[in-house]
Amino acid sequence: MAAVESWSPEGRRMTPGAKLARTVMLFVSCAFLGLLLLAPLGAVLVQALAKGFGAWFEALHDPDTISSIKLTLLTAAIVVPANTIFGICAAWAIARFEFRGKSLLVTLIDLPFAVSPVIAGLVLVFLFGVHGWFGEWLLDHDISIIFAVPGIVIATIFISFPYVARELIPLMQQQGSDEEVAALSLGAGPWTTFLRITLPKIKWGLLYGVILCNSRVMGEFGAVSVVSGHVRGMTNTMPLQVEILYNEYNFVAAFAVASLLAMLAILTLVAKTLVEWRSGPGGH
Amino acid sequence: MAGGRFVSSSPLPGFGLTFGFTTFFLSAVILLPLAAMVIRALGIPFSDLIDMLLDERAVASYRLSFGAAAVAAAINAVFGFIVAWSLVRYDFPGRRLLDTMIDLPFALPTAVSGIALATVFSPTGWLGQKLALAGIQVAYTWLGVVVALVLIGLPFVVRSVQPALIEVRKELEDAAESLGAGGFHVFRRIILPTVLPALATGFTLAFARGIGEYGSVVFISGNLPFKTEITPLLIVIKLEQYDYDGAAALGFFMLAMSFVMLFAINLVQGWGQRRLGIGAGR
Repeated sequence: MAAVESWSPEGRRMTPGAKLARTVMLFVSCAFLGLLLLAPLGAVLVQALAKGFGAWFEALHDPDTISSIKLTLLTAAIVVPANTIFGICAAWAIARFEFRGKSLLVTLIDLPFAVSPVIAGLVLVFLFGVHGWFGEWLLDHDISIIFAVPGIVIATIFISFPYVARELIPLMQQQGSDEEVAALSLGAGPWTTFLRITLPKIKWGLLYGVILCNSRVMGEFGAVSVVSGHVRGMTNTMPLQVEILYNEYNFVAAFAVASLLAMLAILTLVAKTLVEWRSGPGGH
Repeated sequence: MAGGRFVSSSPLPGFGLTFGFTTFFLSAVILLPLAAMVIRALGIPFSDLIDMLLDERAVASYRLSFGAAAVAAAINAVFGFIVAWSLVRYDFPGRRLLDTMIDLPFALPTAVSGIALATVFSPTGWLGQKLALAGIQVAYTWLGVVVALVLIGLPFVVRSVQPALIEVRKELEDAAESLGAGGFHVFRRIILPTVLPALATGFTLAFARGIGEYGSVVFISGNLPFKTEITPLLIVIKLEQYDYDGAAALGFFMLAMSFVMLFAINLVQGWGQRRLGIGAGR
């Protein structure tokens, strides 16, 4: 194993004990990750293509599946920009100013990460459901939120709320605001300063947050499942469509949709890694 | 902080706008809905609320949710440490790929990992089949819940321990050299104490995530009342049966647990920082 030994980071000879430890550690790591990560990922692809490429393709052309893909894209198109704008605002207020209750605000922004996705859906029922605070008013005005698309959008905003903000806050705190102050004192307007100075400085962190946010938005299951009502072709997002098909024992179709989501996950990891490289060591 | 003023003076513009929008959006999307549930739960007569929370089926679900999350977080503490160690200490072909793969459970939608695990570990699945020969059934038992929560919690432990291991590396090398010490001794006396706070942080984060997890669990757990029914699922079932008070009570309990976990995470991180004089984990 001379070739392997030369990979030793210290570039010095390892004792037999250290070599053995290294072999054992690497074996356990690979076995553990293989069983835990690769086996399920492989299972998705194998099951999706179990009846061949044609069946996979056909399963994805089911009208209900297509409408679930459209709904997932629509949800992402609303939620990701909303949480991005929120994240930039929150980071600007928190990283650039000192005010009372700041640490409380930061904790509250992180709260959705600590709460079960089911709770994120449940709380909306008590607000917008038939017996909720606004239930009667919504009924009178013929607006449905629960068991309809608006509920899905709001639940998804809830669950993916912190991603952009929590990327930007530490980044902007670390960068400081000297350049912004300089630009302003030289007569640049606030918007010009933001677009020309701040945005270029935070673009990689912003992109990173948006990628993570989008991944969570498109893949969210628990929160959405509580408020969707599972109306086929109407209020099913892709993960919900996976559930329905799976529970009907329509495994090829379920895994076909799941394979699209798995590809999205891999794409997310690739994009995330690329951004980490671009933003340089210490960026993340 | 400026005395008597809410915000200290700054040459930068936009505080009013950004702070206002942040608090408005936060209140509308997060705080108002949470308040609606809490007020609903607190509107239940106290003795009824206690009865609902101590109901036999509910208690069985807590035992599974918290027990499985603790077991899974413990498994992750051990294997997550080994994985983090391998990634930090050794350079080997495919290390970067492995490092990227650690975040897969974050990126993979929970419903996808749920059906994938259920398939792999079902009695006819290719891992489940082999385990069945050994008399072990994973799918549709509490073990299945543990497996799903191990998958979900792994990145928390690895990503907490990695930076701590990078920091310990230099000290370790010096110490090992000066002592001429055997590997295990160095590990027990130097590495473990230094990494412990990060490990504890990772454990707590994984545990916190585990008690609320839904999507990856419900496919593999079998969802038998009293046996393999997690608390988040019981909430969904109550809601489907139009038992809004029951759902609010359990939701309130889970929300309270989330706050307890947030507090615990802060405690653990504070402990780690005092212990090392540096930031541990994230």
